[in-house]
Amino acid sequence: MAVWEALLELADDHLVLGHRISEWCGHAPMLEEDLAMPNMGLDLIGTARTLYDHAGKLEGKGRSEDDLAYLRDEREYRNCLLVERPNEDFALTMLRQFYFAAFMRPYWLAALKSTDETVRGVAGKAEKEMAYHIRHAGEWVIRLGDGTEESAARMRDAVEALHIYVDELFDSSDVAREAEAHGILPVRADLRDAWDRTVAEVFAEAFLDQPKAAYPQRGGREGIHNEALGHLLAEMQVVHRAHPGARW
Amino acid sequence: MTVCLQGGADAAWEAAAAVPDPEVPCVTVADLGILRWVRVEDGVAVAGVTPTYSGCPAVLAIELAVEAALRDAGFEARIERVLSPPWTTDWITEEGREKLRVYGIAPPVKSSGSIRSLFGEVTVACPKCGSSDTEKLSEFGSTACKAHYRCRACAEPFDYFKCI
Repeated sequence: MAVWEALLELADDHLVLGHRISEWCGHAPMLEEDLAMPNMGLDLIGTARTLYDHAGKLEGKGRSEDDLAYLRDEREYRNCLLVERPNEDFALTMLRQFYFAAFMRPYWLAALKSTDETVRGVAGKAEKEMAYHIRHAGEWVIRLGDGTEESAARMRDAVEALHIYVDELFDSSDVAREAEAHGILPVRADLRDAWDRTVAEVFAEAFLDQPKAAYPQRGGREGIHNEALGHLLAEMQVVHRAHPGARW
Repeated sequence: MTVCLQGGADAAWEAAAAVPDPEVPCVTVADLGILRWVRVEDGVAVAGVTPTYSGCPAVLAIELAVEAALRDAGFEARIERVLSPPWTTDWITEEGREKLRVYGIAPPVKSSGSIRSLFGEVTVACPKCGSSDTEKLSEFGSTACKAHYRCRACAEPFDYFKCI
């Protein structure tokens, strides 16, 4: 019964991060990144669309992917807090992307064995895309961490800023646990070792240290978000809500 | 129930298979391997189409073009989006790879299973002069499915169809 809500959590992670990274379009520090970030955003939004569509069908109340993306308020969004963090700085953007992809790659690899056909289909595509995101964002983490004094300081600041949002990735909500029990979605806690290995490999090359765990922030899965998400949704949803049912 | 009318399935396949990719018009949807199958059921042609990337913006354009081609060939038409198994660049036909190269796009290095290491680099041959002395300029090129390279031998910049 709750499976559709577990898919919603996953879809929200992808849509919110996809929108976040698209905010760089036209503002990136160089042309290559101006192309790269919207392309990575497209991967995430494409994954979100399939998941919303599937979640809507499982819910069985006729809600479309657009209804789920545009007509839910902040408290109804179930994304983790990491993905809604504002871009602030290029270093922080790349680290956030790297952290998320380093989690999602092993997640989708495990989901290749899902008992749900659509989840398997999404996983087959997304695990390769996440490998690409790990590589692209990971190279930037290394380049900035092992760069100039200024770039290294910014990457260290990003590590400090994002660290408290990492643990939430490995938490499973009640609805996620139900989906996990049915073999539909992978058990999040099982992915910690894979994430740690990927991050350790890149941090070693980037001369970065992992801070000790302190005050992990949680709440996204219950709809308790930071202020930043409301601003993001306002921008993302305004046109759809201002013109209900508009078509072209 | 699948009813193959006299020549029906073949004619439907041929009509759908000839549709060019909207972003890489030198190859057809059949060359790319994104047209999975065409069935004719009670006079309705149903085409299975698969996306290349999750967020490929051309998916809808491709589906509409295939549907239109089937209608032009005299069929009632319907599209089915097929997610599983996921498309890989290994499905691009030999003919498709050659068409890409002639068009100036380096075809994907075979096979998608061989470059899975985290920071593995691949050697891409220049589609113009064939030299393997090339360098990557950008992970992302003119479309989501391509990266941007330059040939050090003949100085030609070119797109590389990424291996996925």
